[in-house]
Amino acid sequence: MTRATLAGIGVSLAAAPLGCFVVWRRMAYFGESTAHAAMLGIALSLTFELSVLAGAVLVSLIMASSVTLLEGRSLFMDTLLGVAGHSSIAAGLVIVSFISGVRIDLMAYLIGDILAVSKLDLLMIWIGVGVIFSLIIWRWSPLLLVTLSEDLASANGFNPKKENFIITISLAIVVAVGIKVVGVLLIIALLIIPAASARFITLTPESMGFIASIIGVLSSILGLYAAYFFDTPTGPSIVCVASLFFFLFLMLNIILKNKI
Amino acid sequence: MLIEISKLEVKYGSKKVLQNINLTLNAGEIVTIVGPNGSGKTTLFKAIIGAIPFSKGKIKIKPNLRIGYVPQQLKVDQTLPITVERFLKLATRDNSDLKKMVAFLGLKNIYREQINNLSGGQMQRVLLARALVDAPEILLLDEATRGLDQPGIAAFYQKIENISKETNCAVLMISHDLHVVMRASDRVICVNGHVCCEGTPENVATSPEYQTLFGSNIDGAFALYKHKHDHNHDVQGKSRI
Repeated sequence: MTRATLAGIGVSLAAAPLGCFVVWRRMAYFGESTAHAAMLGIALSLTFELSVLAGAVLVSLIMASSVTLLEGRSLFMDTLLGVAGHSSIAAGLVIVSFISGVRIDLMAYLIGDILAVSKLDLLMIWIGVGVIFSLIIWRWSPLLLVTLSEDLASANGFNPKKENFIITISLAIVVAVGIKVVGVLLIIALLIIPAASARFITLTPESMGFIASIIGVLSSILGLYAAYFFDTPTGPSIVCVASLFFFLFLMLNIILKNKI
Repeated sequence: MLIEISKLEVKYGSKKVLQNINLTLNAGEIVTIVGPNGSGKTTLFKAIIGAIPFSKGKIKIKPNLRIGYVPQQLKVDQTLPITVERFLKLATRDNSDLKKMVAFLGLKNIYREQINNLSGGQMQRVLLARALVDAPEILLLDEATRGLDQPGIAAFYQKIENISKETNCAVLMISHDLHVVMRASDRVICVNGHVCCEGTPENVATSPEYQTLFGSNIDGAFALYKHKHDHNHDVQGKSRI
């Protein structure tokens, strides 16, 4: 249980500030497709008996970068993402079905299985968290400027492509380390729901990132314990708690605004 | 020399948007770029700030040149909470002059406002402030007066002219407010995919290439320009010393 809690806290800590950028840049669908691509990575890793984590990072990264490269050259980014993301998850599921021998618990990859987190998993999760956290904090200002306007960033001497790649690589890592915790289907929820909830009560980008992290951590702790007491699946329980936070803040926002 | 562009060509796909552009900009110069819609003016700016690649030619920029860029507009996503103050301080090298700039551009009362709540005119002033915070050596203004009314436009360019004189900052601007802009410009460059003509405001405005592009109504604008030189008065009609 301690390991599960630490894993949950780690992933939500990394997901929340990154999630703010996903929300600001309207990349929710991009993030979702990246996460779906991880399923193909998982399937390939299982087939060739490689590390699932590495496979997931690699395939997510390849998909996200190739879609980014194609962006601008085509006007149908949305469609392209839909094709790439869903093809990957479908292909992943098909490949997994061919693997003989050990029966693979698909649900564990799709919605996570946090109680099965090993010590090594935990270490990998926190390494991933460390990498994402350092990247985001180190590049915070340029990332924010690129989010506001790529031209302003260029004029200031930053390279928008480089900054965008930091977001892409962070997304791929967060998806991979989130597999054990909430699975490829729900990781996007851990990215955007805390960020969206925090938006209601914050006035600066920094405070939004900070509050989102707190909401994310609270959600994973409360969700984990709720799952324990009600005997429900952990990943979805964590996401449900995060959604409750969102609705709470949404309602508060509506009530407060109507009063004034 | 701040910027030296020679034989620049920019392509979007297979379409040449700009070709054979030559342009040199020195410290303290005010140069205006005019040209019809879709003539590649903004593309030229984007090539200068390095936001887009170019297919031929050279852009030589003074090393570590501090560029203040004012885009046509800036739309901030509703999900991004950011105050004017935070925006002005974001990724700027040195903001010791910020207070002076805020007072100069009359931004004090909106300093703690959310960017999303600003009007078009307020937003343009904030963008100008942001471009000026870094003590730029060159200002790039891309139709920076969008959303301003007539007195607003005049006041805006007056401020630019003052800043340029005070700090010896070069100004390269794209503008449709020809009669207002030309008064202050050292040079005017007329762009329509290539450089049609360039020179002093008088020379350009009377050149046949320019008149073909902008028609005869420019005579009126030019007359206004002449008129403005004869006697200056402020918006209320009082003459200025």
